[in-house]
Amino acid sequence: MAESGTTNPADGLGLPLDHGACRLSALSCGPAWLVAPFPGQEGACGAALAPLGLDFPAPGQVLAEKGARIVWAGRAQALLFDADPPGALTRHAAVTDQADGWARLMLQGADAQTVLARLVPLDLHAGAFPPGRAARTLLGHHPLLLIRDTENAFEIMTYRSMAGSAVHELQEAMRSVAARAALS
Amino acid sequence: MRISCPCCGLRDRREFTYLGHETFLYRPAADAGPEAWDDYLHNRDNPAGETRDLWYHDPCGTWVLVTRDTVTHAVTASRAVAEGQRA
Repeated sequence: MAESGTTNPADGLGLPLDHGACRLSALSCGPAWLVAPFPGQEGACGAALAPLGLDFPAPGQVLAEKGARIVWAGRAQALLFDADPPGALTRHAAVTDQADGWARLMLQGADAQTVLARLVPLDLHAGAFPPGRAARTLLGHHPLLLIRDTENAFEIMTYRSMAGSAVHELQEAMRSVAARAALS
Repeated sequence: MRISCPCCGLRDRREFTYLGHETFLYRPAADAGPEAWDDYLHNRDNPAGETRDLWYHDPCGTWVLVTRDTVTHAVTASRAVAEGQRA
């Protein structure tokens, strides 16, 4: 059974934060398993995930079924959320519990895309990065797994040890965007 | 400058870390002579024009073999190093 981390890495960071048309809040660290297929075993991993209604995701893909979700997380890597990995999966992939290794934040609101555009070197327009897609990229200098839930809601995942500085960077960007909007 | 990652598509240069010329892919045998190891470790051309070198895409963890032009800065091709080894 999954034992989730006992404390949220965003505890004590003053979340939720509101600046302008944007809110930054912490998400709980539910069960999260890193699935890293052995060389050439992505297809077998997909078959092993079929009982959950999932498959092994292609780059940038997010698959969800009955509360369980699997998100592409890098070359030959995916993160399985809110489900226990099927036993057969461990024959085709290294599976590790990483629930306590990540900080999960949510940035939502009409200005969310504008705020992220100050920190993330990606084209974040909905045409290039639509809802239901994921990307590995950078948040300032932090490694980032970015998932777009809806047009105005982004899930931000970075390593647990970097939660404090990630929140600081996001807060600065939120304040700057709000200040710019207040001028006009 | 933007580089195409075989996983992620066209990405900004700041997401990549440079290693060096593709020579690093062709490690000599352990009993190769000192000249072969000298070439492998130290001796590099400095071409004005096409070169092939190794870049690491930090966010997704892919080693990329990039063909680019040092005069025009054009990036003409890229592929994952791991794919070449499997083939």
